[in-house]
Amino acid sequence: MIRLKINGATYKLHVDPDTPLLWAIRDAVGLTGTKYGCGRALCGACTVHIDGRPTRSCIMPVSAVAGQSITTIEGLNSKAATAVQSAWRQLDVVQCGYCQSGQVMSATALLTDNPNPSDEHIDAAMSGNICRCATYVRIRAAIKLAAKNLP
Amino acid sequence: MKKEAMICEAKIVNESRREFLKSGLATSAGLTLGIYFPAVLARQAQAGPAKTGGQVVTQATFEPNAFVHIGTDESVTVIVKHLEMGQGTYTGLPTLVAEELDATWSQVRVEAAPADATRYNNLLWGPTQGTGGSTAVANSYEQMRKAGAVAREMLVQAAAVKWGVNAEHITVQEGMVEHRQSNRKASFGELVELAAQQPVPAEVFMKDPHEFRLIGTVLPRKDNADKVNGSALYTQDVKLRGMLTALVAHPPRFGAKLKQFDAGETKKVNGVVDAIAIPNGVAVLAKDFWSAKQGRDRLQVDWDESNAFRLGSDEIMSRYKRLAQQPGRVARKVGDARAALNESSRVVEATYEFPYLAHAAMEPMNCVIELNQHGCEIWNGEQFQTPDQMAVASVLGLKPEQVKINMLYAGGSFGRRANPQSDYVVEAAHIVKAIGGRAPVKLVWTREDDMRAGYYRPMYFHQLRAGVDTGGNPITWQHRIVGQSILKGTSFEQALAKDGIDQTSVEGAANLPYVIPNITVDLHSPDIGIPVQWWRSVGSTHTAFVVETFIDELATTVGADPFEFRRDLLREHPRHLGVLELVARKARWGQALPNNRGRGIAVHESFSSYVAQVAEVTVAGDGTFSVDRVVIAVDCGIAVNPDVIRAQMEGGMGFGLSAALSSKITLNQGRVEQSNFHDYTVLRLNQMPEVEVHIVKSTAAPTGVGEPATPVIAPAVANALHAATGRRFYELPLRLST
Repeated sequence: MIRLKINGATYKLHVDPDTPLLWAIRDAVGLTGTKYGCGRALCGACTVHIDGRPTRSCIMPVSAVAGQSITTIEGLNSKAATAVQSAWRQLDVVQCGYCQSGQVMSATALLTDNPNPSDEHIDAAMSGNICRCATYVRIRAAIKLAAKNLP
Repeated sequence: MKKEAMICEAKIVNESRREFLKSGLATSAGLTLGIYFPAVLARQAQAGPAKTGGQVVTQATFEPNAFVHIGTDESVTVIVKHLEMGQGTYTGLPTLVAEELDATWSQVRVEAAPADATRYNNLLWGPTQGTGGSTAVANSYEQMRKAGAVAREMLVQAAAVKWGVNAEHITVQEGMVEHRQSNRKASFGELVELAAQQPVPAEVFMKDPHEFRLIGTVLPRKDNADKVNGSALYTQDVKLRGMLTALVAHPPRFGAKLKQFDAGETKKVNGVVDAIAIPNGVAVLAKDFWSAKQGRDRLQVDWDESNAFRLGSDEIMSRYKRLAQQPGRVARKVGDARAALNESSRVVEATYEFPYLAHAAMEPMNCVIELNQHGCEIWNGEQFQTPDQMAVASVLGLKPEQVKINMLYAGGSFGRRANPQSDYVVEAAHIVKAIGGRAPVKLVWTREDDMRAGYYRPMYFHQLRAGVDTGGNPITWQHRIVGQSILKGTSFEQALAKDGIDQTSVEGAANLPYVIPNITVDLHSPDIGIPVQWWRSVGSTHTAFVVETFIDELATTVGADPFEFRRDLLREHPRHLGVLELVARKARWGQALPNNRGRGIAVHESFSSYVAQVAEVTVAGDGTFSVDRVVIAVDCGIAVNPDVIRAQMEGGMGFGLSAALSSKITLNQGRVEQSNFHDYTVLRLNQMPEVEVHIVKSTAAPTGVGEPATPVIAPAVANALHAATGRRFYELPLRLST
């Protein structure tokens, strides 16, 4: 049995210790906002926060994160997250939407660390998140808008 | 499929009127639609407070037609027959209804239509329900506005009856019905009961475009909130009680078959329930994804590869080059292109090569299926309702109408989910059949499964020859295309292949818009054992590159400016010309750039929409380059939602840029060499150029925007690289260093 602290709640899960966090979150806990895209930390759709750090949950074994504080898209509630999600809505960033949970998680982590990121900072923080709809122009604009609106 | 859209352009209005009477009005009030989204959610016990476009309609008492429900709670629910895969159908189609209904945007909700081609067929595809070919708004423009207008008219009649006044003096504005003379007002919700009792009008008034209040304005997407907080429901997220997750071990080569398998180790994995043979491999069923994955990894499978496809990409291309030495079937012939070569003062020749391309949507293919006493029920990012119903019915021994399909959001598609063989949907049906329907099944493909499953944009080889006269005017154009037919062996073959020509292989080439007196376009469609399929913008993915880089090469060969050269040759095509001139002006064509930078232009029509792009590139000293800025002009008729159009121009261009810069699927002895995003590389944020979009003002009927931006970027970038380096480029992806 493994104890995972997700969005402030503790879950006791009977999963193999090697199970990637992504599948524990999706299949065992039942939170489906975190997406499967590649299974190899190549696309960023599965991004969650572990103790605040953006992390690809698809290759992270649950045994490695037991006891740490895990935040998924469903548990976002920081000021940075609110600013990001509101900017995303305001600029109608989404298209198919499948990657957007991961994009929002990466962008929130970026703004939490750096409330006023440059283009280079945005490139560095966001280029691990693939969007096949190529909503990148708006992702960049929304991060800047969110930065502007941060209190 | 999509070609029909082009062919029928002139007929859209009449066709949709006729179809509307058949499929829309005739059903009238009293229609009960299955409310299935909430049913999924109720069973999805663990998925949290998910909401989707489909809301619970608890008090829908007024259902004037198959597309609109109005509730006493003031909700206007628009039933959308087309898949929302990112392109904005859940916003665009409801806008059309809300416009004629005079509803407020905030009271509009969206619900997915069920699979029922008698009511929800694509009017450009005859009796078939499905989404593709950038037809959603084009085929729905009149149908959805009429649905709104009918509902409005019945609300007005209801108010007239209620107040005892003449209906002509009643106005509707922002969800309120009003009779000014008597100072009476009622909301939609207050009138629904009475409205449901009014006769369905045979003829309704519809607005002139200058009266539009919502069409042409920027309304927020209906799906944006749920997609920003993780609650939007995709196939991958469906969880039914007792559901098993299935992963399939597929053959390592196309055409190979299962010989035998040993699931001994597989069945030792905790959570694995079964491993069974299906026609296309071995399905491992488990209680969750990870168990199924572990089980599949331990499966021992022997494949019969005696009939497997074993060629590599190089061998296929060599075969195509040999074929290109012979004339193909003629797709277009004007004048005598060969004779005119002798009169040419200068002849330019080039050949072009294109690889296979995977769609690689962010959500790998997947499908949920359950057998029940009525037949079966499917949950899917459903793009191809009618063909999928028929294919699944055939596997399960059902009637097509017994295949109930719940259309969920799709995490991208780019054509993939409209598979002409219903490949992954049929695979799911075989699995649930093989276990005797004892549990609902979610088929999940891993990224690797998805990338190696075939149904690619085909490889192509093109051979071009053109001659110019002493004045620098092109007088002859010979264009030979070699590549697999997408339509061969599909149910669309007869409808769209004319005289042995697959229109999807030659579109964008056979309809060359440039005024050249002698033209021949011919085609070879060799049989190669790789499954192929339409990929965002279909034939134009390769023809636009060839035509637009070759015309550019002709221009610079005769010392002409590429923009002015095109402008002259497009004199008979005002809509091409319109976007070309607009983009040149906005991009400041002709303004000097530093030495290591270049500007390239391209213009192309696809799906009856016209797009021109100017790309600016910077070439670095190390042989790499970046695309810095792209200016886009689009003419898609009436702009229903300018911001959705801008988004599709940005994203469609970005999708094409992946193929221009790096994506390719290659085969080695029949095996697909790529497997995931490390070796099938796609555009990332740091590679995305700045984008500027300009929309041509138009009163023409709206045409699609999902695809037309995609094919234009690769030639624009290649032409920009020529401007920067003096070199020409003859294959995709573009390679600067040799």
